[in-house]
Amino acid sequence: MNKNENSRPVRVREPITDTQLLITITVCIFFFMYILAMLIWGGGFRKPQMIFDILNDNAYLIIISCGLTVVMITGSIDISVGGVTALVAMADVMILSGHAGPFSGIPEKSRIVLAFCMALFIGLLYGLIQGYLIAYLEIQPFIITLAGMFFARGMITIISVDPQKAPQNLMDILQKRIEIPWLGSPNKKGVIIPARMEIGVVIALVIVALIFILLTRFRLGRHFYAVGGNRQSALMLGVNVKKTRFMAHLISGLLAGIAGFVFMMHTGAGNATNATAAEMNAIASSIIGGTLLTGGVGNVIGTLFGVLTLSTIKSIVTTSGLRDPWWQSITTGAMLCFFILLQSVVLMQKHKRSK
Amino acid sequence: MENDVLLTMRGICKSFPNVRALNNVDFTLRKGMIHALMGENGAGKSTLIKVLTGVYTMDEGEIRIDGEEGAISIRSPQEARSHGISTVYQEVTLCPNLTVAENMFIGRSERKTVDWKGTEKRAGELLESLGIPARPRQQLGSCSLAVQQMVAIARAVDTDCKVLILDEPTSSLDDNEVAMLFRLMRDLKSRGVGIIFVTHLLEQVYEVSDQITVLRNGELVGEYEVKDLPQVELVEKMIGKDLDDLSKLKGSVPAGGTGKEILYEAEGLSSSESRPFDFHIAKGEVNGFTGLLGSGRSESVRAIFGADTVTGGKVKVEGKEVKITKPLDAMKNGIGYLAEDRKRDGIIADLSVRENIILALQVIRGIMHPISRSQAEAFADEYIKALDIKTSSPETPVGLLSGGNQQKVILARWLLTHPKYLILDEPTRGIDVGTKTEIQRLVLKLAEEGMSITFISSEIEEMLRTCSRLIVMRDRNIVGELTGDDLTQERVMRTIAKGGGKDE
Repeated sequence: MNKNENSRPVRVREPITDTQLLITITVCIFFFMYILAMLIWGGGFRKPQMIFDILNDNAYLIIISCGLTVVMITGSIDISVGGVTALVAMADVMILSGHAGPFSGIPEKSRIVLAFCMALFIGLLYGLIQGYLIAYLEIQPFIITLAGMFFARGMITIISVDPQKAPQNLMDILQKRIEIPWLGSPNKKGVIIPARMEIGVVIALVIVALIFILLTRFRLGRHFYAVGGNRQSALMLGVNVKKTRFMAHLISGLLAGIAGFVFMMHTGAGNATNATAAEMNAIASSIIGGTLLTGGVGNVIGTLFGVLTLSTIKSIVTTSGLRDPWWQSITTGAMLCFFILLQSVVLMQKHKRSK
Repeated sequence: MENDVLLTMRGICKSFPNVRALNNVDFTLRKGMIHALMGENGAGKSTLIKVLTGVYTMDEGEIRIDGEEGAISIRSPQEARSHGISTVYQEVTLCPNLTVAENMFIGRSERKTVDWKGTEKRAGELLESLGIPARPRQQLGSCSLAVQQMVAIARAVDTDCKVLILDEPTSSLDDNEVAMLFRLMRDLKSRGVGIIFVTHLLEQVYEVSDQITVLRNGELVGEYEVKDLPQVELVEKMIGKDLDDLSKLKGSVPAGGTGKEILYEAEGLSSSESRPFDFHIAKGEVNGFTGLLGSGRSESVRAIFGADTVTGGKVKVEGKEVKITKPLDAMKNGIGYLAEDRKRDGIIADLSVRENIILALQVIRGIMHPISRSQAEAFADEYIKALDIKTSSPETPVGLLSGGNQQKVILARWLLTHPKYLILDEPTRGIDVGTKTEIQRLVLKLAEEGMSITFISSEIEEMLRTCSRLIVMRDRNIVGELTGDDLTQERVMRTIAKGGGKDE
């Protein structure tokens, strides 16, 4: 009797997952906001260079936010990333300018390679130690990485109390920009100025892509979600919880190291106050991008848009005449509040309906 | 060994510092059989299961499994699984944020990458062959609890399991869901899987099981074929003493509610979780909310207690209009509420029995009037004795007590506040038959002393025995009220069925 019904394949639209839902919201809000900015404030926002400026300034932030997203998906936290970024930047500047004792004899151009290796080394070391303490000795991640942050900030001052600058000839190499003529816009004299993008942006976007693939296509990535969703269940399901948490912190540390190198490429300066509160901006960006602090939900695509949303807001604030720095903090706070409210309302509605 | 024997446990012993939890217990599971493991709390059921799943290591005894030479040792859940022993627990141990397919395959693949198409296809086939109403790409958290449990079973089945342990899988499911689960269990049985089924619900045992093993106080009472063991005998064997005929309990309470003084009255009461409803209870009356799971019975009493956000309605206590918008208001008006979820809303597991008992009284008295240590100890001793709470000392953390005794602690907490009106939401869920009877008897005794009680239980029979008036709910609305001769299971069922608007 029912044969007819059963044999017909019914295509049902799959219900969207929490992660997809939150990312969609962020992406929509970003475009809505950007288009609004183009319409209202025009000028800078209508030029493609604006978006590249935002990317150039925030490439390092995108990278550390990716690391934070991974850590947050597993239900953990890493607040040492800003410190690590600054530490790497300082160490790299010292290497480039030949002040770093044992490395001072190295030819100038090889110093760039050495600086990059140093970034990886510091990042990995941080990831290894913090990851081991958190995952295997089960110490509170907040406390361990807080200690890591203080340690890094202290180390910067040990390396150099005074601000340092990398030599200009090397910076010229590092700050070489990729020109995109078809996205250019005319200047006052009518000459088309091509859009310019720094190498750091390419690194950042490649990292976003790699982490995205890791999170969606690799076993390790799915284990991050499982551990964040329910650690006890993940254990029962046969996930190596300790190793998974360790790997998350390792990735975060490594990315903080790379972020330090990218930061140095952008600014060419080593300074104890570099990347101040970067970890907080990274957490904010991840949350705006749909990563839940409680774990199990989120993705780096959302995080990328989280960084963009946050920096666009800051640009809008500056453009609209509120140039005092505190306005940026106030808007960041308001944004964060707005997104968290929005997310919890949306998730609550979704879960209510599915019940 | 017989040919169809799948698993044998012989002479299993396990001791804990104070207790001998298992003493020389034997257990045999056969292919394609559903074997119920029965016993009161403290009988050793869960210890036996934990020995089998590698959570505990046994002190003595041996375990043999079909297809493997000699005795096997099981030292961890992973090892148990490698021997083909899988467990599905009462609380679903899956990740709600992942998809159904992922939950079935995560942690099992040797490959570094995820083959989404492959897993989803295999998951789809498995779900279909087992008749589980879930889609592979659906987020697990959006499935009902029953489906989640079935997904857990599907995962266990797919890992090539020979022995499937279901540890109280039905305790939070409604009748439809239970039926779905039983279909699945019978299907697995026909494939030759041996199922160990742990439950407190006798009716379910008789509906689905083939054999029963009864434990009592850590010892084996016996193994029986279900068809040879009438329910009364089973209960006798579990309790070990002649059970007072439960039906005698009833009748000691006059059909309350009529002509008596009204204690509590609500008109159009509604909360964020419940629709508006009218309700009243007289002094010394025992009534109850009944209905299927999700019919709104718990939500209604939560509204009375102010446990959810109250959104409207008039409430009168002893004729005076009062405002009850939060639990403290209710408590100050002499209302107590024993919550459905005792782990979440009831006990504070790390606090001692004494501290848990005085909690509500302390709240009512306020922080400025602390209960002295000696007074608290006196209270605790009094109620431990009165309710026969089995604990090694009043200072034992409540989390270490058995479910039934935890429930008694919460009951003691409310009795200590001398409420005029006590709401008991599923006070007998997940506890043994003996304690169940004790609690039912206590309810009737309290009512005789003049306390009004609202009693909720998912076992309709239990409510019929204790309540003199039943409020029947369906789909979040009250659809009928039954008293006197109408208090039969059949009438309740018919009221629920009719309440939907379609006659049979």
